[in-house]
Parts: sequence; structure tokens; C-alpha cells
Amino acid sequence: MTPPRTLFDKVWEAHVVRRLPEGPELLYVDLHLVHEVTSPQAFAGLRLAGRGIRRPELTVATVDHNVSTGDRSLAVEDPISARQLEVLAENAHAFGIELFDLHSPQQGIVHVIGPELGLTQPGMVVVCGDSHTSTHGACGALAFGIGTSEVEHVLATQCLVASRPKTMEVRFDGRLPPGVTAKDMILALIGEIGTAGATGYVIEYTGEAIRRLSMEGRMTICNMSIEAGARAGMIAPDELTFDYLAGRPRAPKGEAWQRAVESWRALGSDSGSHYGTRVALDVSTLAPQVTWGTNPGMVSDITGSVPDPAGFPTEAERRAARRALEYMALEPGTPLAGLPIDRVFLGSCTNARLEDLRSAAKVVRGRTVASRVRAMVVPGSQQVKALAEAEGLDRIFRDAGFEWRNSGCSMCLGMNADVLRPGERCAATSNRNFEGRQGRGGRTHLMSPAMAAAAAVAGRLVDVREWR
Amino acid sequence: MTPFVRHTGRVAALRRLNVDTDQIIPKQFLKRVERTGFGPCLFHDWRYRGDGSPDPAFELNRREAAGASILLAGANFGCGSSREHAVWALHEYGFRAILSESFADIFYGNCCQNGLVPARLDAVAMRELFARHERADGRYDLIVDLEAMTVADAAGFTARLTLEPYRREMLLLGLDEIGRTLLAEDRIAAYEKAREP
Repeated sequence: MTPPRTLFDKVWEAHVVRRLPEGPELLYVDLHLVHEVTSPQAFAGLRLAGRGIRRPELTVATVDHNVSTGDRSLAVEDPISARQLEVLAENAHAFGIELFDLHSPQQGIVHVIGPELGLTQPGMVVVCGDSHTSTHGACGALAFGIGTSEVEHVLATQCLVASRPKTMEVRFDGRLPPGVTAKDMILALIGEIGTAGATGYVIEYTGEAIRRLSMEGRMTICNMSIEAGARAGMIAPDELTFDYLAGRPRAPKGEAWQRAVESWRALGSDSGSHYGTRVALDVSTLAPQVTWGTNPGMVSDITGSVPDPAGFPTEAERRAARRALEYMALEPGTPLAGLPIDRVFLGSCTNARLEDLRSAAKVVRGRTVASRVRAMVVPGSQQVKALAEAEGLDRIFRDAGFEWRNSGCSMCLGMNADVLRPGERCAATSNRNFEGRQGRGGRTHLMSPAMAAAAAVAGRLVDVREWR
Repeated sequence: MTPFVRHTGRVAALRRLNVDTDQIIPKQFLKRVERTGFGPCLFHDWRYRGDGSPDPAFELNRREAAGASILLAGANFGCGSSREHAVWALHEYGFRAILSESFADIFYGNCCQNGLVPARLDAVAMRELFARHERADGRYDLIVDLEAMTVADAAGFTARLTLEPYRREMLLLGLDEIGRTLLAEDRIAAYEKAREP
């Protein structure tokens, strides 16, 4: 009898082309997603070496990182961004790769459109030159971010050289209280294990609280695996996964669908599987989470206060906390609830799917954004945008005073015109509160869509559980 | 890729935890379509003040750090975004090796793809190196030796470094990974054939 295997073991082992003498393995890639920022040098490298693309039909490109979220009928304003978009279009055309460009109704953040189009499927190995590729693990795929040299390697060989990572089981027990979401679960985990807590690991998320999450919520969790240091996060596919994928444009159809589902059902970790390490968190008493510092591990319950750097165990951590508070302009002991904010960003591959927008709209409906706040909604894809408009969410946001934008990465990383000004404080649904990430001198507090929506209305951080 | 066997150079110290790639190369510089031109933007928002002048308080702007090619870094260096631009910037600036207790995974791989050595040292050795750098008032040089797998200074300090055998071989020989993989193209083709429905 074969020993019990984890979801990760099964997917990894099914993709090993060969084992290299020095230890790593040559892994086959089923789906390669490409965007404008991390690919131009890879295509240039191929040209320089006179190499082609091994399986162009397994590569899909879109534009998301640098694109404007404004009017798409106008020309791209920034000539350098325009050039990057043109180069991707030229490369896609020359090498025969499908591209969802700015005028495509399928355009969107690469990690939103993968699952949305049914490109991402259980059991696949998915890579992309972007660290949040971990998102796709919510469908039961092994998905991770790679650098540009590796992008070139995958284009040329459809494979990647990789050392087998260790496995970590993160079990979320219990039921989420009202007002507490997937975002709060993953922020709490990162707070617990730290931003390097899962370096070298692939996380498998298990437990009752994961099973009860929607696919969107699972994507939020897997998305931020990288913020705990894990290259990938995975969730075993179940009926919810199959229901989500059924009928999507690139999902298998008819008999092929039946066969696929049958094989996907066998992917879940066998009972008695071995993990390198295990972590368990009870979500039944979890409070909404808000970051106070300059990495996602610097996080607290909304009912908490800015911590005192003196309370951290090591000198290195005390120094980091002091620096973070200085950058964030926060004093130890200040309650997080009540902190005045200037901007709200509802968007990103972490939290800009339909469910996220619904949850924020529910909080906003019939209310108005505080006069001191500029708030924007940037849907994760043009399809999310269209669906949200079909159910009137755009009107709720617009009536409240939110800007309703086109899709892209936008102010998650501020490569386009959507940036914070120095000193502005932002309630953001994105994934990174690094110094300058949303704009030089900008101060980011990460939280769930409902929390960010409530902050927009109140003009300060509030506990959405007390929202009336 | 240029092979890396042994390198002697000036050390710069960045004693900060969790330095993310957004700090190493901020997003406003990611629009280039070439692999070059990133060196002047390395650590931009830390290195330059709002008016564009160098910030004298930043570690790399110390006079003793001029021409540094070895970086002492805090744990979890290179976390966050996968942008290989961070490695291109470090390399173009002149760094040949980064010494740290730990690196983020994607950044670590990116370094190896570009001949920039990400050498792991244990916490004790890193503390000692930071202390020696400080005692020497920043006028401190090290020898990084990939053949011997050591880091050493002229005063007799030696520490073991860690690097996966595969990565070490690639760096030592300056190998082109794609070329290497394509040598096994028949295996890739066989894998593809076996998977056809």
C-alpha cells in the first residue's frame, strides 16, 4: 500500500519530469500566466538566444499592473507604461500567445481572471511572474510566483527547476463570527507566525472554517500565503470548487468535465498524511484585523492599540517596530479604532472579487463617504465590474461618493496614477503595507472590504461589528 | 552568467529585518523593458530624500560603504514582490554577494539566476559580522569563497555559508539554466506524450 499523501504531494509528484542529480526536480507547468511588468526581459532573452516558446497555448497574458483605471477609450497617458503594454502586445503576437488587453471584456488582474475564466483548475501547476500567484491554490492547484528569468525558462521549456518545498498544514477550526472574514483569518495567521513563518513551505489550509468559506474567501486566504513567506497556499478541491468552475469558459465540458471532476475528487490529502509542520487557529473568537505597521505581520485586533516597541522580544524586532511606528506616525498605546484616514482603496487580487464588493456595498448602502476621505473601488476584473453593475453595486458606491474605476492592480502597488500622497493614511483591502508601497510616504492599513467600507463612511478606523 | 568562485570586497551593512523588494526597487522603476538601468534606483526611497539629494543617514550612503560589493542584511531579506528588478538593481549597483540569516524564496532564486550569491550564515556568524563591521567603523572587507563555502576576513574570522548544491554549481560555473534544461528535452517530450489523453 502506498503511504498517505498530501494534496501537495499528489500535485507535485504528478508533474515531475525528472530529478536532477543535485536534488531539485524539473517540474512541468500546466498554465503560465504573463503580464506586462515581469515579462518583457524574458521575451527579449528568448530572442537573444534564438529560442521559441515550447507550448504557447499553455500561456495566457493580460495587462494589469501598470494600467490606468480611468477611461479606456482614451490613449494611455504615461508613455513609459504605454511602451510596456505595446511590448507585451508585440510579444504575444510574435510568439502566438493569447492576450486579454485593455479593450478586452476579460481583462483584469491576472489572479482574478485565472479562476474566473476557468483557466485555473484543480491539480494543475500554475506559475506567473508575480508573487500573488498563490491565489490560484484556492482551486486545488499548486501555484506560485516566479522571477523573470524563470518566466523565460518556462516559456522556453514549459518546465521549471524547483526544489521540493516542505509542507505546512494550517487548520482553521470553528465558525467565523459575524463581521469577520477570510481576510481577518489570514491576517491573524501572519500575525501569529510572522512574515517569514512559512518560508520554504507550501501551506495547505484545512479545517471547518476553510470548508465553510466561499471560493472568493479561499482565494483571499491563498493569496496572502506569500505574506507569511510561503510561495504557495493550497486548499483541497470540493463540491464548492467544482460548482464554481462548472460552465466557466475554459473549464472542461461534457464528458471531459465528468472525467476531470472524478480525478479532482482524488486530490485531497489522504488521512494520516504527514506535514512538515502544523499550525491550528480557532476562528470562533476572532476579531476583525487591522495592520498598524509596515509589514502584514504587524497586525492587531481592531479592538487593540498600537503596540509599544519596547515589548518586542529581540533588539532587531524592537528596532523594526520603532521604525514602523515612526513611518506610520503612530504612538504606542493609541487605540486603532478611531484613527482618522484620508483614503480608502477597495481593490487588488486579495479582495476585489464580486463577494468582496457585495460585502463592502452592504456596509455603504444609503450612507456617504466622510468628507475628509477620497475612496475608490477598483474591481478585480472587467467581468467582476460588469457583474457588480448588473446588480447595481456601482450605484451604491457612486451614490455614497466612491469612485467606480476600471480593473487593474491600481493602488495595491501604485504603478499607475492611483497613489497616496506623502503622509496620507489609507484603509486598504490589498495585501502589502510596506513603506511607500501605495505611494512614497503613504501609510497603509490592511483590512477586510467591510472594514474598509466602514472606515470610508466614518472617516476613521471602526469596528464593523458595531456598525448599525 | 559570469562564474562566481571567490570574491573579495568592501562590506556594507543594512541591519534591518524583513527588507522587502519594494524597498530594494520601488514600483515607479518597474516600467523599463530592459534588464539594465536599475542600479541608480536601488533603495531609491531610502537612499534619496524627497528633493533627490542623497540621504546621509542611509547605510549605503556612508563614505566607507562606497564601492561596497558585499551586503550584510537582516533576516528574511528580499521578501514580498517577485520582481527580479530588485536583483538587477543590486547587481548593477555592484553587489556580488548578500549575506543573511535567511532570504525570501523567490528573491533567493532570482539572485542565483543572475550570479548574485545569496549566502546563508547562522545567526551567531551574522551577529559577529555586524559587530566586526561596526568596530571597523565601516572600513571592513570580506572574502566570499564558493569553493570553500566560507566567508572570511583578514583578521582570521571564518564562517561557513550555506547554499543548495544545485545553486552552488550554477553559480560556480555560471551556467545557463535554460540551456541545461533543454539538454533533457527528450524527457520533457516523453512526459508530454505520456500525459496526452
